[in-house]
Amino acid sequence: MQYFIQQLINGLTLGSIYGLIAIGYTMVYGIIGMINFAHGDIFMVGAFTALIVFLILGAMFYSVPVVAALLIMMIVSMLLVSLYNWVIEKIAYRPLRGSFRLAPLITAIGMSIVLSNFVQVTQGPRNKPIPPMVSQVYNVYGISISLKQIIIVVVTALLLVIFWYVVNKTALGRAQRACEQDRKMAALLGVNVDRTISITFIIGASLAAVAGTLFLMYYGVVVFSDGFVPGVKAFTAAVLGGIGSIPGAVIGGLAIGFIESIWSAYFSIDYKDVAAFSILAIVLIFMPSGILGRPEVEKV
Amino acid sequence: MAMAETKNSAGSANIAAGLREAVYAAVIAFFMFVLFIGVKTEQNIHNELVLVTRWGLLATVVVLAAVVRFLQVVYLMPFLASQKTVDAKTGLLPTSVALRVFSKRNLIIGVVVAGALLLFGNAIQEAVGPYWGAYVGLLRAAAIIFVIAWGIFSFRNFISTYSYSLGFILLVLYPVVMVSLFGFQGSLKWVDNFGIQILIYVMLAWGLNIVVGLAGLLDLGYVAFYAVGAYSYALLGTQFGWSFWILLPAAGAMAAMWGIILGFPVLRLRGDYLAIVTLAFGEIIRLVLINWREVTNGAAGISGIPKVSFFGLISFNVSDPNYISKVFGIAQSGSYYKIFLYYLILALCMLTGYVTIRLRRLPVGRAWEALREDEIACRSLGINTTTTKLTAFAIGAMFGGFAGSFFAARQGFVSPESFIFLESAIILAIVVLGGMGSLGGIAVAAAVMVGGTEILREMQFLKQIFGPDFTPELYRMLLFGAAMVIVMVWKPRGFVGSREPTAFLKESKAVSGSFTKEGHG
Repeated sequence: MQYFIQQLINGLTLGSIYGLIAIGYTMVYGIIGMINFAHGDIFMVGAFTALIVFLILGAMFYSVPVVAALLIMMIVSMLLVSLYNWVIEKIAYRPLRGSFRLAPLITAIGMSIVLSNFVQVTQGPRNKPIPPMVSQVYNVYGISISLKQIIIVVVTALLLVIFWYVVNKTALGRAQRACEQDRKMAALLGVNVDRTISITFIIGASLAAVAGTLFLMYYGVVVFSDGFVPGVKAFTAAVLGGIGSIPGAVIGGLAIGFIESIWSAYFSIDYKDVAAFSILAIVLIFMPSGILGRPEVEKV
Repeated sequence: MAMAETKNSAGSANIAAGLREAVYAAVIAFFMFVLFIGVKTEQNIHNELVLVTRWGLLATVVVLAAVVRFLQVVYLMPFLASQKTVDAKTGLLPTSVALRVFSKRNLIIGVVVAGALLLFGNAIQEAVGPYWGAYVGLLRAAAIIFVIAWGIFSFRNFISTYSYSLGFILLVLYPVVMVSLFGFQGSLKWVDNFGIQILIYVMLAWGLNIVVGLAGLLDLGYVAFYAVGAYSYALLGTQFGWSFWILLPAAGAMAAMWGIILGFPVLRLRGDYLAIVTLAFGEIIRLVLINWREVTNGAAGISGIPKVSFFGLISFNVSDPNYISKVFGIAQSGSYYKIFLYYLILALCMLTGYVTIRLRRLPVGRAWEALREDEIACRSLGINTTTTKLTAFAIGAMFGGFAGSFFAARQGFVSPESFIFLESAIILAIVVLGGMGSLGGIAVAAAVMVGGTEILREMQFLKQIFGPDFTPELYRMLLFGAAMVIVMVWKPRGFVGSREPTAFLKESKAVSGSFTKEGHG
């Protein structure tokens, strides 16, 4: 039982990171109906920015309190990664709005290749390890919970609350939901559609940047190709939860996290990704629009 | 006078706007690149990460961004806009610019420069040293390319009329030309790295085109079928020693079977759900190949895959009694095998293209196109969408399997490394960039994208310009990704956009306004 709960906690940690990335996918999909393939690499750029900021802090000051360091890493990473996503949206996706469906998908894949290779060229192809930032582990009834895991879950929960508030209670969120339902009508009613879409990309990027910082803190290592696997898993999570639905993205992320940690604990660690992808396929066979997705009504 | 004034003030306003945009671009570029180009993380001897600063490089990149943006706003955008207006007024096509570039005067300059550098280039390079010599090489390459481009441009009508037969003749003669230019040993690189490599991608893209371009099903895991074909040949060939000619159809059938197995569960899915399940399927196949070590030998891969023989009559193994040089009494060389492989993949490509063209005229091909255009209309007309989708998946997968077994035979070695998602993405990009559904466009896209990035490996003279640490290969994928974005933004319909259904009504009949809401039926 203790072992099982331990796995649940590991799954919750992983799932939080996937959930944060998945929100970016699902929001972009909801508003412009495109799979933002570069989002996984945006997450990787976030982790790398956090790494470089960490090293700069280490080089400039003798010692920095861990909380302050984490906060600075997160904020710098959020700002810079938002800038990246904003620029990418402007040069690669905006000119293709209204074009056929595959065109922005191809530019997104192109951007994903550009981002990962840009980091490889500028920062080198090797693994980048950092010394552990947080190492306390608490023991509760024989279950070990590390401080890292607590930080990840708390930060994620906090961000989700803020995010929920923004989407549901502010004018910006209203504009976003309006664009999601009918972009043309929203524009007629005075919503600045271009700006709303830009802000959607910025919000998605900042959540991915936080996920990247947490990822770096949790694993202590990052490499230029790290965007792909978490990106695909988060995308899987978004689809599993029903793409376009924000609570669905979080639920999907947690589901993928649980499946992975439980599968690797009880069955085989080699096949954990196979399990996650197979369950996605099985769920989609029975629920073709995901767990919380609205089934599309077909009209001619 | 008044016109000149407005033009002047417009020009200065333009320059002001350009300067403003340039400043914005510089600021954005600074913040984007300050951490990634300004500093570099490197391991020191204690295996700790340390920071190295590169402020000079950062400044160069920022200034470059500003200059490019300035030129774009001040010259490129007004130029493109004026192109459009001139067109509307006079009916002149944008080729008028091309006509100016490809004038007779420029041709003479190009021929003179190319000829002079071909004759005296080496002497000049020796005289000025390796650094400036590299620029001489660059100029020579540019002059030769210009002369060739001039030729293509001036015969453009002829070429576009006979494009397919000309392309075919060119492809058939390609190894002959390369051998006569560079000799057997020298041609190896051109036939193998360029010819065979590009043709493999052409074949894969034509296969995927059946699924994506004709049936309109977005498949992000096409590389899975390529892997199935490659491993079928690798395993059966090494374990049982069966010949390529038996295993080629077997690999195709195996891949087609996997296409159907994948097709069944995804029949109900639409659009992007289909995309993610196919992506997941591709990843599952790759992960199984890595982890099922007893059969696939894991990440180490399978080596010693037998070579293809010419239907068992002529072998390409030196030790065999019917080795090619013994049969014909010629000198031993590895390039015979490569040339043979080139013609083999060319034949496979032609088969794929021929089958695609024929299928488009059969009921199943029409059904695919109908499915792509409107699934609901398709269903209400009584087309069985289940079998239509499954045949598309199976036939597309079969060609992927053929290409896979050819790939295994060519490399002599397969490992899961070759079947990553990036390959699927590249193949899909070629299909979309070529203009979905157009075979010629896809072939051109494959040649440009794959050949273009391959040619970077050849640009060793760049090393002399940017210093010995500069490795052009590193920038290969970076440029590939950038090219994907630029081409897509520039031509969203692909190089040759032809997505019209093969069969369609020539004109829509006007219907009396009382029958419809908008006046046209």
